[in-house]
Amino acid sequence: MSEMTCVRRIAARPSTVFDALTTAEGMASWWCPDDGPVLSAASDPKVGGRFRVRFRKVNGSEHECAGEFLEIEEPRRIVMSYEWTSGGVPEERERVSRVELRLRLIDTGTELTVIHAGLYNEASARNHSAGWGAALDKLVRRFAASNSPHPE
Amino acid sequence: MVNDMSQRLDRLFSALGDPTRRAIVARLARDDALSVSELAAPFEIKLPAVMKHLDILEEVGLIRRAKQGRTVTVELSPRPLRTAMDWMQRCERIWEGRLDRLARFAEKKERESQERNE
Repeated sequence: MSEMTCVRRIAARPSTVFDALTTAEGMASWWCPDDGPVLSAASDPKVGGRFRVRFRKVNGSEHECAGEFLEIEEPRRIVMSYEWTSGGVPEERERVSRVELRLRLIDTGTELTVIHAGLYNEASARNHSAGWGAALDKLVRRFAASNSPHPE
Repeated sequence: MVNDMSQRLDRLFSALGDPTRRAIVARLARDDALSVSELAAPFEIKLPAVMKHLDILEEVGLIRRAKQGRTVTVELSPRPLRTAMDWMQRCERIWEGRLDRLARFAEKKERESQERNE
């Protein structure tokens, strides 16, 4: 499907951010999106290597993500496959998506861009490569902004 | 419920897997409501073929057709797009939370390595 992009500036060198993103110790520090603990983290940061992270959110729910490092250009770029092996975002279950992490050196440290592309099936993968993803995003946002009442 | 949502997204994206249908959706996003013949005009395909594409888009709920006298007008329907929007927002929340924690961790590591070098 379409994709989500987040950008963050971090006061640390790209090599430090790269390690934080790819090592098991690093992943254990940030993979849980709220203040809950990461229960286990394993990572083999090389092309073809895999990672697996299990965490518990503050509300008590447990989730696990796993994936494979598809491309690594240290310290500039990481591409990995990504799936929820338990818990997670309901409509993402049993689906492999793709996360690209781009690191850019800036005066104050690193600008990190996360691009998470949720490829739901072959058709959406085609749409994605055809550049439809961005167009759909625009469309979606336009309608979200127009804000007609939710019929369900 | 989960599968239902997931199937809905599958159908939505497979409906959008065709260039003619994408062009139809893009035009409707620009022009709000159009008659079927206005919609068909830029395409080299015949009206029945356009109608078939409209059927598929209507099945997934991406468009609505309304009859006004002898003209059928077509407009975009935002509901399935909102399903996609929900996914994006949830995904954004997850990554925003992660990036907060990642920044704290990496910045702490950076300070530690600078202190070691001093």
